Amino acid sequence: MMVPVLLAASEVNVALNVAFGVLAVVMIGAALFVVTTKNVVHAALWLVIVLSGMAAQYLLAAAEFVAVSQVLVYVGAVMVLFLFGIMLTRAQIGAEGNLNNPGWALGIPVALLLLGVMGWAIIDLFGDQTIEEAPGGASTQAISDQILSPYLAPFLAITFVLLAAAIGAIVLARKD
Amino acid sequence: MSEFLRDYLTVVWFGAAGVLLGALLFGISALIRPNHPTEQKVIAYESGVDPVGIGWSQSQIRYYVFALLFVIFDVEAVFLFPWAAAVERYGTFGLVVMLAFIFLLLDGLIYAWKRGLLRWV
Repeated sequence: MMVPVLLAASEVNVALNVAFGVLAVVMIGAALFVVTTKNVVHAALWLVIVLSGMAAQYLLAAAEFVAVSQVLVYVGAVMVLFLFGIMLTRAQIGAEGNLNNPGWALGIPVALLLLGVMGWAIIDLFGDQTIEEAPGGASTQAISDQILSPYLAPFLAITFVLLAAAIGAIVLARKD
Repeated sequence: MSEFLRDYLTVVWFGAAGVLLGALLFGISALIRPNHPTEQKVIAYESGVDPVGIGWSQSQIRYYVFALLFVIFDVEAVFLFPWAAAVERYGTFGLVVMLAFIFLLLDGLIYAWKRGLLRWV
């Protein structure tokens, strides 16, 4: 059912589907390297490819702001934290033989179950229905209109959450 | 394909041209340069001294504070983006809101400064 949904698009959308497929293949390949590489730093760098592919997928869905946020927050900040975490804490850096968790095979049924549930939910909800592109799309300007008028109070509340996170991080990092 | 993605096609072509140009230059130089590797030539250059050990080493834990602060201000940058994309639409009101946002987060930086975390010792 999934494949007809993907292919039954009009001719205009063929390029979109091809781009989606290419990105998906690159992401899956990089994700396999993340879990199979023997070097933890290399795993983190492969994860950069996966997350950048995700940003490109957001762009294909015309979600410009989400794509930029993905690059800034995940590819930028979260990857910096990952690399710092690896560089600062690991006693042995470099290739390692036994990185696999002994129960790794259990992950396969869990992943398949997750795929099944999510796929079923999406197909059950949308089926063959074509989702129309919103006029103008989810432009960055529309998002900033939302932030600065109806969501102004939550936006300023987020400021305090971020401030609390900054001070909490400083307190935890330096206990002296 | 929508107008939106057509705009991004320009970005794709631009990136492809950049990659092609780089590959071309490196390819040409690899073709025409002489190549006589010796054992001395392939070791990593370390100011004329023989390199000791491997390239990987554990970093100082004090860098971690900078990484944490970077994450906080990175999230701040994400919120500044949509406002900056349409700055003239909101005029003084938007400026005041964003300045309040920046100054509230600056408190965190001032706190780190007061705790002496920004001092390089």
